[in-house]
Amino acid sequence: MPEAVLRGKAFKFGDNISTDQIIPGKYAELRSNLPELAKHVMEDADPAFVNNVKSGDFIVAGKNFGLGSSREHAALVIKMAGVSAVLAKSVARIFFRNAINQGLPVLICDTDKIDAGDELEVNLTDSVITNVTKNSKLTSGKMPEVMVDILSEGGLIPYITKHGDFEL
Amino acid sequence: MGKTLSEKILSDKSGTDARAGDIVIAGVDLAFVQDTTGPLTVRQFKEVKHGGLANPQQTAVFIDHAVPSPSRQLSNDQLFLRRFAEETGCQIFEGGSGICHQLVAEKFAAPGEVIVGADSHTVTAGGLGAFATGMGSSDIAVAMALGKTWFRVPESFKITISGRFKKWVGAKDLVLHLIGVLGSDGATYKALEFDGDAVDSMPVPQRLTVANMAVEAGAKVGIFPGDNMTRKYLALHKRADKYKPLQPDKDAEYERSILLDASELEPMVAMPHAVNNVSTVKLLSGTKIDQVFIGTCTNGRLEDLAEAASILRGKKRNPQVRLIVAPASQQVLSKAMRAGYIQMLVNAGAVILPPGCAACLGVHQGILGDNETCLSTANRNFKGRMGNPEASIYLASPATAAASAITGEITDPREVA
Repeated sequence: MPEAVLRGKAFKFGDNISTDQIIPGKYAELRSNLPELAKHVMEDADPAFVNNVKSGDFIVAGKNFGLGSSREHAALVIKMAGVSAVLAKSVARIFFRNAINQGLPVLICDTDKIDAGDELEVNLTDSVITNVTKNSKLTSGKMPEVMVDILSEGGLIPYITKHGDFEL
Repeated sequence: MGKTLSEKILSDKSGTDARAGDIVIAGVDLAFVQDTTGPLTVRQFKEVKHGGLANPQQTAVFIDHAVPSPSRQLSNDQLFLRRFAEETGCQIFEGGSGICHQLVAEKFAAPGEVIVGADSHTVTAGGLGAFATGMGSSDIAVAMALGKTWFRVPESFKITISGRFKKWVGAKDLVLHLIGVLGSDGATYKALEFDGDAVDSMPVPQRLTVANMAVEAGAKVGIFPGDNMTRKYLALHKRADKYKPLQPDKDAEYERSILLDASELEPMVAMPHAVNNVSTVKLLSGTKIDQVFIGTCTNGRLEDLAEAASILRGKKRNPQVRLIVAPASQQVLSKAMRAGYIQMLVNAGAVILPPGCAACLGVHQGILGDNETCLSTANRNFKGRMGNPEASIYLASPATAAASAITGEITDPREVA
């Protein structure tokens, strides 16, 4: 289960950040060496990201984040980089499932209200995002119950290991 | 109220009265991985500790993304997948057999089935009336272990296509135009359901091209009816017994309806670096290119190679342009050899690659140099896609790709054919 309250700094990205920008296909040969693969996270969108991001920080993107490939490595390396949640105006379907399956929270909100470097506090229990820098609040819509359950177990593999089946 | 194709299939496979917006657990007829998503999936499958595969004959490993392997690490990943197939008894398709989505069409997919694959272009099988969608490794690992997965039943867009295509205009131009209309996220979480007289007369290979790119508008599935064209395709691939008619109910409810007239379409191109950044070929004519790539799960089929060969026959590629061709499967390669297409392409100066994904994803076999431009028949032109973020990719039909290989610049196929 992710912490109920997440704190960190916003790293801003634009619209339509594809999985090829999150983790390029050319690094396919590193996919069985995850610590090495993770060094290239977001490389084609912002080469400095991997060196600047700190544990707990947030990726704050525009619309349709994570479009493209089904490679779950995209969600995985974001999590490995220490990112505690992805905030976006919208996310692509496969990335959304992958992130939740990896125990990486995704919050859909008006990210125009957040600037790069803003300090954020995200409460996963009520889906309220507090922008500490701007002293303002945003709310995120609710996920389907099944995704809430999977996220609260830390991802799909721990969920199925514990329950043995889907429980709807 | 009647049901859409998606609601019908998911009702059948979940044993419930599935309606758009419902969450259902549905049985899967095929769960598969390929060599770049497979290793993570297998490691996760082992973590679930559920015992063996739910259905070994309905589980498949395809080695297609990097074949023959270009590196030691990828060779070891492929070894790991071969061992998994030996241990579990699942089906395995060795490097060179073909691209997973083409092999799924040739050997597995049928109307009314649910197919999930650890590859976003799993949607391709919608061309045969299957509810087919891409998922990540965790979801596929669980589908392999349990033989089922959860879905949110999608709302559907009805895409009605009427009229006849002009010569040298076809399925790729249609789907590029459609993605331009919808936008790259215009159908996120939705099903695209196709009908109309242009669909009735559209053979399955072209339907596969259209379904393949449904995901480029964000869609969960791109689905065609099961009809006479489906029956013919299945019979041709010695699977006539898998045919069943599949049509939506007349009073099914659609979130949105889009009408397209095939006769009004022109050869289309997607410009860098987004698939929905479309233009007619005419507006871009004269754009210099360095490489032409004909192949992939979008346009590497026999009909695509025939289209390219008929334009390149007796002509030569421009000396400034590299021409790379990768058939989508061994069967496609064999048939293209027998039909003489491969010889025509080679005579025109093409390099023929083994059946597989080849240059599409930037691992090997055609990585672009800095500031180079490729015209590709693939489905994605994102920055960095072909291995270099400093390069540019345009997407077009095999006809446009072949015409452009001759001139060295983006060219309307009607100008050289």
